[in-house]
Amino acid sequence: MSDDYILEIDNVTKEFPGVVALSDVSFNVKRGEIHGICGENGAGKSTLMKILSGVYPHDTYTGKILMDGEEIKFEKGAIRQAIEHGVSIVYQELALNAFSTVGENIYLGREPVRFGDVINWNSLYSKTKKLLDTYGLDIPFAETVGNLGVGKQQMVEIAKALSEDAKVLILDEPTSALSEFEVKMLHAILRTLKEKGVTCLYISHKLEEFFQITDTVTVFRDGRHVDTIPTAETDTDKLITMMVGREMTERFPSRSVEIGEPIFSVRDYKVLSTEHMDKTLIEKVSFDLKKGEILGIAGLMGSGRTELVTSLFGELGKQVGGRITLNGRDIDIRSARDAMNNSIGLVPEDRKTLGLILEQSVLKNISLPSMQRFSSFMRIDKNKELHESRKFAKSLRIKAPNLLVPVEKLSGGNQQKVVISKWLMTEPDILILDDPTRGIDVGAKYEIYKLMNDLVERGVSIVMISSELEEVLGMSDRIMVMCEGRSTGILPVDEATQEKIMALATAAA
Amino acid sequence: MLTEQNSALLKKIRHGLKDYTVLIALALIWALFWVLTDGIFLKPRNISNLFRQASIISFLATGMVLVIVLGNIDLSVGSVVGFLSAVTAFLQVKVFYELMPRIFPSMEAAGHGIMSTIFTIIAVLILAAIIGVWQGSLIAYLKIPAFIVTLGGMQIFRGGVLGVTQGKTISPMESSLVSIAQGYVSNGFGWIIALIVVGVIYFTTIIGRNQKKNYGFEISAMWKDVLKATIISGIVVLYVFIMNRYRGIQIPVLILAGVALLISYISTNTRFGRYAYAVGGNLEATRLSGINIKKTIFLVHVLMGVLSGVAGIILTGYVAAGTVNAGQNYELETIASCVIGGTSLMGGKGTIIGAMVGSLIMASIVNGMSVMNMDIFWQYIVKGMVLIIAVYIDVVSNKQKS
Repeated sequence: MSDDYILEIDNVTKEFPGVVALSDVSFNVKRGEIHGICGENGAGKSTLMKILSGVYPHDTYTGKILMDGEEIKFEKGAIRQAIEHGVSIVYQELALNAFSTVGENIYLGREPVRFGDVINWNSLYSKTKKLLDTYGLDIPFAETVGNLGVGKQQMVEIAKALSEDAKVLILDEPTSALSEFEVKMLHAILRTLKEKGVTCLYISHKLEEFFQITDTVTVFRDGRHVDTIPTAETDTDKLITMMVGREMTERFPSRSVEIGEPIFSVRDYKVLSTEHMDKTLIEKVSFDLKKGEILGIAGLMGSGRTELVTSLFGELGKQVGGRITLNGRDIDIRSARDAMNNSIGLVPEDRKTLGLILEQSVLKNISLPSMQRFSSFMRIDKNKELHESRKFAKSLRIKAPNLLVPVEKLSGGNQQKVVISKWLMTEPDILILDDPTRGIDVGAKYEIYKLMNDLVERGVSIVMISSELEEVLGMSDRIMVMCEGRSTGILPVDEATQEKIMALATAAA
Repeated sequence: MLTEQNSALLKKIRHGLKDYTVLIALALIWALFWVLTDGIFLKPRNISNLFRQASIISFLATGMVLVIVLGNIDLSVGSVVGFLSAVTAFLQVKVFYELMPRIFPSMEAAGHGIMSTIFTIIAVLILAAIIGVWQGSLIAYLKIPAFIVTLGGMQIFRGGVLGVTQGKTISPMESSLVSIAQGYVSNGFGWIIALIVVGVIYFTTIIGRNQKKNYGFEISAMWKDVLKATIISGIVVLYVFIMNRYRGIQIPVLILAGVALLISYISTNTRFGRYAYAVGGNLEATRLSGINIKKTIFLVHVLMGVLSGVAGIILTGYVAAGTVNAGQNYELETIASCVIGGTSLMGGKGTIIGAMVGSLIMASIVNGMSVMNMDIFWQYIVKGMVLIIAVYIDVVSNKQKS
C-alpha cells in the first residue's frame, strides 16, 4: 500500500482450458515510470495486459490487482470500465478508421454534440488541437488517418488514450511496424508523457529498446514472473538469459561459407506503380548477389525495400528500365510463377496476410507452391505430399502436434518456419526473406538465423530485409541501404556500422 | 484428474456432434415429419420423390460450393437454369423434331427421339459452358465482383427465358428426355450397382491403407476403417433396398451420385480443387505462391455454368416442358443448401457431401410441408427463414473460433 506504486499485482493466476497462462504473478509498477515488459511469445505478457485492460473480467482469474492502492475489478464485457479507471491500451494492430479524420477517430463515440445529436465539428477539432499541442504530438488534426504513416497513426492511438485521461498507458509492441526514425519519435513522446506523470507499460521484442526508454524491466517466462529490476542494473545478455532460462552465448550464429561468383544481378532497375503510372516506386537500384552470400537490405519503413523485392518477384508494379540477369542471361519476371521457374523464392513481409492460409493445415500451406511435384492432371499423390512435407517440418523443427493442424494454431515463430518450409520445398537458388524475424521470439529467431546459415552453406543465396540494424549487421555479408526507392550505398559488413547505415538510410537524394 | 478426463470426453463428444450437426438436423426433420404425416413421409414412395426433387438443386449445389469456397457467390443460377431449360425445350420441339428425320432419314421415329435428346444435351451443355465462360471471364479477368456479374446475369438470363419461350410453355418433350428425370433403373440393375459400389469402397480402403504403410505412415486401427467402410456400404445397400420396394433407383439420383462424386474428388484430389480452396482462404498468399488465381476463379465459374446446364436439362425432363418461371428462386435454395451443409460464406471452407445433405434438408422441408397439405406460402417463408438461420449458425461458429 505504498504511494509510490500506481499498480500492484498480487498473486495473479489465469488459466485457460489446459494451459496456465499466468501462474502466481506478483510485481509492482511505480507511478510515472516507463516499465518494460519482456518475455518470449506465450510467456504471459499479453494475457496480463488483457487482464489490466479489462478484456478478461475479474472473475476469470485469481489474485488481486490494486490501482492507487484500491483493488480494481472489471466486469464482463465492460472494457469501458478500464478506460474510466485510466487504463488504456494501444494494440499491435492499429484500430483506427482509415477513412475518418484524426479528430473523428480520437473522439469516436464521444463527439461533442448540440441540438441532441448534431456533431459540433468546431468544438471537436479545437479539443483535438488542444490535446495534440499539450502532449507535443505533431499530427495534422483534420487529416484523414489513412493518409498518415504508420508512426503517425500510432500517435493518433496514443492521443486517443490520452484524451480519456489515461493514467496507465499500455503499449503492446508499439515499434514492430515502425522505422528506426519513427521509433525515436515515439520514444520522445513517451518521455514527454512521463514528465506529465503518465505511467507506461511497454511491451517489446526488441531488447535494445528497453535500454533506450525504460526505467524498470519485468521479465516473464512460461507464465511466471522472473524478475523486476531497474533497467540500469541489467544488460541485453542478462535479459535474454532470464527470458529463455538458459545462456545465449551468441545472438547470431557464425558460419563459414565460400562465397562464389555473382549469380544474380540487377542494373539500373526502375519500376513504376501500376495504379498510378506517374509514381516511381523504385529507381537507380543496382546490385549483385553472389552464390552463398547473404545480402542484407536496410532502410526505413517506406524506403522501398519491400517494394523492391516484391517487384523483383514479379508481383508489384511495372518494370520500365534496367535489366536483371540470372547466371549471365537476361530474365523477365512478370509473376510469382516466373520467379519460381527461375528458382527464386520470396518469404513475404507479413506472414499472416501474405504468407499463409491461416485456416488451412500446415501440410497444405507447405505444399501449395510445389503441388505440381505431387500431382498429375487429375490426381494429387497425398501420401507423397505428406512424406515430402514432413521432411521439411522435421528439419526445420516446426513445433506442431501433426501436420494436419491449422497453421493459425501455431506460434509466430513456427508459422514463420512454415512459410520458409513452403519456399524451401520449391528448391530455390535465391531466397528473398522480407523481415523474417519480425514479431517472433528470441529462441525462434536464433533458429531462423541458423537455418539461413545452413542454406548459404548449401550454396543458396539469400537477400534479407530487416528492420533491426543489429540483425542486418549480425547476419549479412554485405548490406545495401535504401532510401526513397533508391539504393544509397552497399557496404561490406566489416565496414558497416549502425551510424553509417542510418546516415545512408536518411540520405535523401 | 477425473474431471479432466470427463471434460476431455465431453470435448470429444461435442466435437463429434459438431461434425455431424447436419446429419442430426436431417434426422430430426425426418422424425418430425414422420410424426406429423402419420408415417407417410418415410414411405418408400415419398422417399423416392424426395430424393428426386432434391436432385436438381443438388447439381447446382455441387458447383455452388466451389463458387462460395472462392469467396464468390452466383445469384444467376436460377435464371441460367431457367434459360437452359427453355433452350432444351425449344431445341426438342422447334429444332430437332423436324431436323432429325432429315439428318437420319433411314431411322425409325423412336430413334429420332433419342437422337434429338442426345443432340439437345450436347448443345445445351456447350451453351452452358459458354455462359460459364462469359460470367467467369468478367469475374476473373475483368475483376467485376461476382455479386454484380451474377446479379446482372439473373436479369439477363431471365430475359432470355422470356425471349426463347415467348411467354408460353413449350411441350411436349421426347420420352427419352423425360425418362432421364423421371425414370428408374430395374431392381436387378440397382443391386448390381450397389454391389460394385460396395466393392469399390472396400477396395479403396485396403489400397489406401497399403499405400500409407509403404510410406511408413501411422495408420488408424483396422477396425475403424472397416467400420467406416461398412457404414457407408450399409447406407448404399439400405437406399437401394428401399428404392427397390418402390420402383427402383431414380435415374437423376444416379446421375447426381456420379456428378457429386466426381466434383467431390476434383475438389479434394486435384490441384484445381486445392487451389480453389487456397484462393478462398487467402487470395494474396495464393497469388504469391505462384498460382494462377485468375484461371482458378475462371474455371470454377465455367464448371458452375456446365452444372447449371445439367440441372436445366433434368428440370426440363422433370416437368416435361419448358416453362416461363423455370428455375425461379433456385439461387436461394442452392446457396441455402451449401450454407446448411457447412460451406462458409467467408470462403475457403465447404464440402460437396455437406451441400448434398443440406440440399436434402431443404427438399425435406418442402416435401414434408406439401405432404401435410400446408399452404404454398408457408414454403417460401420457411425456406427464407432456414437460409437466414443457417447463415447465423455460420456466423456464430466463426465467432467462436476467433
